[in-house]
Amino acid sequence: MTSRSALDISGLKVSIGGREILRGVDLSLAEGRVHGLAGESGSGKTMTGLAVLGLLPHGARATGRVALGDRDLLALPPKELNRVRGGEVAMVFQDPATSLHPMLTVGRQLTEHMRHHLGVNKAEARARAIELLAKVRIPGAEEAYGRFPHQFSGGMRQRVAIAVALACSPKVLIADEPTTALDVTVQAGVLRLLRGLCDELGLAVLLVTHDLGVMSAIADEVSVMREGLVVETGPRGRVLREPAHPYTRSLLASLPDALPDSPPDSPPDSLRDSLPGALPDSLPDSLPDSLPDSPPDLPPDSPPGETV
Amino acid sequence: MRRDRKGLLGRLPEAWRQPLAVVGAAVAVAWLVIAIAAPVLAPHDPLAQDLPRLAAPGPGHWFGTDQLGRDVLSRVMYGARVSIPLTLLLVVLSVLIGGLLGACAGYFGRWVGETIMRVADLVFAFPTVILAMVVAAALGASLTNAVLAVLVVAWPSYARVTRGLVLGVREREFVLSGRLLGFSAWRSLRVDVLPNVTGPVLVLATLDIGTALLLLSGLSFLGLGAKPPSPEWGAMVAGGVEVFDSWWVATFPGLAILTVVLAFNFLGDTLRDALDPRTARAIKERAL
Amino acid sequence: MPKNPLARFLIRRILTAVLLAWGITLVTFVLTNLVPGDPVAANLGQRALGDPAIVAQWRADHGLDKPLWEQYVLYLQGLVQGDLGTSQQSHRPVGQDLAEYVPATLELAGAAIAVSLVLGVGFGVVAALRRDRFADHALRVLSLVGISVPTFWLALVAFYVFFYRLQITPGSGRVDPALGGAPPVTGLQTIDALLAGRWDIFVSAAGHLVTPALVLALYTIGLLTRFTRSAVLEVLGQDYVRAARAKGLPGRVILFRYVLRSALVPIITVAGLAFGSLLSGTVLVEAIFAWPGIGQYAYKSATTLDLPAVMGVGLVVGVVYLVINLIVDILYGVIDPRVRLQ
Repeated sequence: MTSRSALDISGLKVSIGGREILRGVDLSLAEGRVHGLAGESGSGKTMTGLAVLGLLPHGARATGRVALGDRDLLALPPKELNRVRGGEVAMVFQDPATSLHPMLTVGRQLTEHMRHHLGVNKAEARARAIELLAKVRIPGAEEAYGRFPHQFSGGMRQRVAIAVALACSPKVLIADEPTTALDVTVQAGVLRLLRGLCDELGLAVLLVTHDLGVMSAIADEVSVMREGLVVETGPRGRVLREPAHPYTRSLLASLPDALPDSPPDSPPDSLRDSLPGALPDSLPDSLPDSLPDSPPDLPPDSPPGETV
Repeated sequence: MRRDRKGLLGRLPEAWRQPLAVVGAAVAVAWLVIAIAAPVLAPHDPLAQDLPRLAAPGPGHWFGTDQLGRDVLSRVMYGARVSIPLTLLLVVLSVLIGGLLGACAGYFGRWVGETIMRVADLVFAFPTVILAMVVAAALGASLTNAVLAVLVVAWPSYARVTRGLVLGVREREFVLSGRLLGFSAWRSLRVDVLPNVTGPVLVLATLDIGTALLLLSGLSFLGLGAKPPSPEWGAMVAGGVEVFDSWWVATFPGLAILTVVLAFNFLGDTLRDALDPRTARAIKERAL
Repeated sequence: MPKNPLARFLIRRILTAVLLAWGITLVTFVLTNLVPGDPVAANLGQRALGDPAIVAQWRADHGLDKPLWEQYVLYLQGLVQGDLGTSQQSHRPVGQDLAEYVPATLELAGAAIAVSLVLGVGFGVVAALRRDRFADHALRVLSLVGISVPTFWLALVAFYVFFYRLQITPGSGRVDPALGGAPPVTGLQTIDALLAGRWDIFVSAAGHLVTPALVLALYTIGLLTRFTRSAVLEVLGQDYVRAARAKGLPGRVILFRYVLRSALVPIITVAGLAFGSLLSGTVLVEAIFAWPGIGQYAYKSATTLDLPAVMGVGLVVGVVYLVINLIVDILYGVIDPRVRLQ
């Protein structure tokens, strides 16, 4: 499987006030593949995602190379970087309760950057937005368009946030702990959505999470980070079953139950069964339109939400 | 949840590296020296009216002389002996009274807290100078009464702040566990609650020194504070109004007020940054 | 109590305000009756003081022979009818005095608050956006200086420098006396001049307004700059601002649609306090510019121990301040739903 590399991070170093947060990160994202970035808090995984889009906190300095095609994002002038943001590389944040503006409607937040990146007029933007809401399985997309974020449940809000991220058809999606703030019962649905969108749209997805269970659900490749460096990279199955690096081993060992045995390079069977191909169109017709996020079909001994 | 060990004192070293703090401290110290050593430093007797009247600044009288033939420089120096100790006393009293009332209001709550806070609200209902003016006028024009007037106006801020802080800390675990261990209410207040409260109060107090001085000298300017021939800075500015074309009479005392207030504001501002955990980290990281 | 939280909030706030207003009357009454000096002595000549009949008559005339609480009740009754007593200085009803002087102060304070808001908020936003760069540091020092300058001294210095020395601003008073004032409609010279179509009077009035307004505004500019800076920085750190940047929205959109909308809420409350400090400042500034407003009236009343006048000023200013803060509170509650739960 030689998918094209969508984003290449090489030698990424980030320091804040003299302290090195990232000490030389190398990472590659491929089209149509989900790349999981695992690590404990403080390992620098969130910083990596932020560094790509130039969203580092005040006073941070980044060196290295983040290659999107033939451009280095770290070297782009601000105006061009702004065009990349949202338009080619998009981000979904951890808590949709705070990452969506409480006083703007969902529709507004979906369309405001559409007009900016795609140059569509108001009517086109609205149509596109409603389509997107349907795509992320928000029931009653037309009414949802005019509602405010607090009128949705946590899982729905995150779906909205994903729709917002995908509004301008980016090629790369960075998802920073997308399910951590959600109820356990709702996490699988969002993960399924991400996987499905990745497959259908050929997105290169960077899935940042501390939760190895989440990783095992939908990632194709996995990188493990520790104290600002990537200590191990490889196909998900191999890394989780036969970790080469002692740190990875200790991470896995601290999980209460072992992760399920699954063939390398593909999601676990039971989950795969509930992800038939391209997600949005192929859920059974017998299911009602207003489908709440259903409980996970994950194998019993890989509880998501377990912290290592 | 641990006790916040690194209170204000722990963060002082980083604060000192800020240039504003250094300047502020230097000026404040300079004025303290002047206040203490005025009798030695001042070239003339501040009350003596033996110099030529309204002489422009020049050799022999570097700040000029006023309409009664007094040396402005000496009067400004002696003025420090009047204004600075009073202002410091004022702030200390406000902190003690306001802080104590506020801590009680927060700690004991219910009707004690309510009454204290209602009275504080009443004070806040007036713009400061207006209320101070009314109080000072009611009590009679004298420096002591001006100090009392400023006290009346100043204590509620501390009461409010301490009450808020005490309320915030009171429910924290280490306080509750102290009570469970059998600490009396007073001991708990003293040992657990107060140390976490002193930091913000100290910042407020430092910033308040400037405000208190402005208020005090303002009252004197209005004739409600120091009485002639006392070389109080506000009163000196008032004295310079009628001879405003002899600009030196009013300008130098005002500059004195400005520099003292500015010095303490620089200090207080830096302290506040040092105390705020976010900026404190930033300061520390920059120092590494 | 109605169920709607907004209505309950409004009612609660208004009740508190009414209570405070009553408290204000109590405070002004108590304070001005604390006067150790006998107002009789302050107002009657030496010969009259020697005659007990005249003294008694005077006391009876001014209600000073009644018990304190009875005086207070009489006072309240008078208030309700709009009677604030008679000024012992001007021998006119205090209410009339104040009505005459209020517009001038309103004009001055109004101009000062407008300038303060524009400059203070503007500087604060700039300082936040250019955080830790030169502009931020410079503005920080400038705002600290702003809140450190004694207002009464600055008024004198400004008067001396700009009028006496440089002669670029007109002298004291509100309008060039040669032109005469505009026919009073609002009492605000600038507006009245415009209404009357007298451009020359408008220019003169505006010119006279500039220096005292700027002097008055300096303190609040400093205050607002610092406060706005922290409020904006606070909002800039919010997740939704970061998410908006991640969408590639242009800076200007983020600033106005995201940042300012949230930051303006706390700024409004500070604006209320700022107005209070402006009212205070008028006492110190008006005298020097011979601005015929409440500040100057307050000063004269205080120094002559003119009881009714002092009470009147304290009361009126207190109530005005109270109303302003009430409006600010209500605005806050309307904009930010969380406040209504308090």
